[in-house]
Amino acid sequence: MKKDIANVLKSGFAAALAFCAAAVSAETKIVIDGSTTVGPIAKAFADFYKETHPEVNITISESGSGNGVKSLMNGACDIANLSRFMKPAEFKSCVDKKILPVAHVVAFDGLAVVVNPDNPVKSLSMRQIADIYTGKITNWKEVGGKDAKIVVVSRDTNSGTYETFNELVLKKLPVSKSAEYVGSNGQAKMRVAATKNAIAYLGLGFADDSVKPLSVDGILPNAKSVSSGKYPIARPLFMFTDGYPKMGGDVYNFVTLHLTKEGREIVSDLGYIPVCE
Amino acid sequence: MSKNAKNLIMDTRRRAVGGIAESAGKAVLFCITAIPTVAVVFIIFFIAKEALPFFGDISHLKEFFTSADWRPSADPNPHFGALSIFYGTAMVTAGSCAVAVPLGILTAVCLNEIVGSKTAGFFKPLVELLAAVPSVAYGFFAIIVFAPLLQNHGGAILSALLFAAGVPVAAIAALPVADFVSARFTKNARLRKISGFLFSAVCAASVGCGALSLSSMEISSGTNALNASIILAIMALPTIVSISQDALASVGRDMREGSLALGATRFETIFKVVLPCAKSGIAVAVILGLMRVVGETMVVWMASGNSLKIPEPFYNFFEPVRTLTATIAGEMGEADQSTGSARYHVLFAMSFCLLAGGLALNAASQWVGSGFKFRKK
Repeated sequence: MKKDIANVLKSGFAAALAFCAAAVSAETKIVIDGSTTVGPIAKAFADFYKETHPEVNITISESGSGNGVKSLMNGACDIANLSRFMKPAEFKSCVDKKILPVAHVVAFDGLAVVVNPDNPVKSLSMRQIADIYTGKITNWKEVGGKDAKIVVVSRDTNSGTYETFNELVLKKLPVSKSAEYVGSNGQAKMRVAATKNAIAYLGLGFADDSVKPLSVDGILPNAKSVSSGKYPIARPLFMFTDGYPKMGGDVYNFVTLHLTKEGREIVSDLGYIPVCE
Repeated sequence: MSKNAKNLIMDTRRRAVGGIAESAGKAVLFCITAIPTVAVVFIIFFIAKEALPFFGDISHLKEFFTSADWRPSADPNPHFGALSIFYGTAMVTAGSCAVAVPLGILTAVCLNEIVGSKTAGFFKPLVELLAAVPSVAYGFFAIIVFAPLLQNHGGAILSALLFAAGVPVAAIAALPVADFVSARFTKNARLRKISGFLFSAVCAASVGCGALSLSSMEISSGTNALNASIILAIMALPTIVSISQDALASVGRDMREGSLALGATRFETIFKVVLPCAKSGIAVAVILGLMRVVGETMVVWMASGNSLKIPEPFYNFFEPVRTLTATIAGEMGEADQSTGSARYHVLFAMSFCLLAGGLALNAASQWVGSGFKFRKK
């Protein structure tokens, strides 16, 4: 009698072990963290990838480029999305923690400078945009608009979008103190859509009908002007992995998805610009 | 001795076992109680430890409290002047208190003194439900609904509110003032009454005019100190209402009956007897509400606009401001050890200031609360 119980327990234990092993081997997990700008691409890639690989479990968080690097550095994620390149200091602390960041450029993105659709202003020069953001120009009439105070909306300093804008447009000059800060592209769009005299910048993929993109130095942001390098405020979007992923693995498939035909379609459907045609 | 009686007397062995079990039980409970205490001590220790490198540098320390130049990401010369951020915190806190304290106390008075217990039993849980709404939902409401509303109809809304609330309050408040002043000049009761009414009418009219002049005002940005203040006030309401009402309820029936028996009206009983009796409890309610406001992060990050300027003029609630909590949340991601240590430690310096403020408020509430208990005895 006692032996029977022991046998039952043994076989049960073995079954449980086998089950666990099966679960571990069958379910691979990809953890992705970082930029809110690259987030939509990662999400769409994940949806697409899960269709053909239902056993892969993909978690995506969007906490900003800076936090993405932190996650990668601490081994908390497999792929860090960045809307800017990794800073030298960040690179160094990654290497110090035995993490070797490898960059994969998954798409290009233009930063659209947007205003409310009711705003008569259609075009600004890089210089004017910089002056608005540094606080030299504070009224729309100075750039050919109505007599109204400009509500300057900037992304928070956590975001790669802010870093890109600060570098390309402001040339690292400090942003005006009266500028408002918002935590995401979506929030920037909402603020401009709801505020008559607001100006903001956001990833081209986020600019829909509720806001009006301005032409910068006479050039409207679109796939063509960005990929040809004519539109001045554009940047590559990155996914960073620790070392180059094992070829044929799930992470490898994921970070090379943008090179396939479907991947390129996903990228352009989202309003970003594919790396290759 | 019967068997039952014998069972009641413990022998030495059972007594010893019981004693050990008792002290073991006490020890376990003590350990459980110690967990949160130890956690608090560790948090204070950790924050102080991380803040120290920043405060250790005298030039940083001076800049932190006296300058409004906040450029932590500037390379190579970062600036850590947090004055405008401290000011923003103070402004939003003051604004939300101005809304939540009178509203909360009056709601508590109404629930406890005016309406019947059935109605109060229906409304109090509803007010307390406000505390269950996640703060990000409040923030979302602030951006999606409240900010555009302020931008498009802000002047009209404010003037209507001021008209509805300000005119009667001004009229009532003017009466005792006029009474006090006129008492110095004349003893003629009729003259005093007339002058009182005149003064009250003038006050009400001037507030009304002020309200009307507001209606044409345009608010350029809806995410501002006012937006954050009002949303925070709504979030602080359940705390204030709930605790104030408990304080009012604990004022003895004898006080009320004594007051009424002496011929005081219901209004006089509430404002001259019940409220003064419950004032310590109400003060605790206000302090706890205040702590909720100061510590709130998500809502201010979304609703206050987060600009780094001290509003001009300083009482202008229509300008965006930034608070300490929002700054910590907003800068956290870039402020790793890897991107410059001062930028990392300055956030802990801010946490430390918030913590110190919180401890001071907590101590104040303990102090006031103990006064309340003393009076009740």
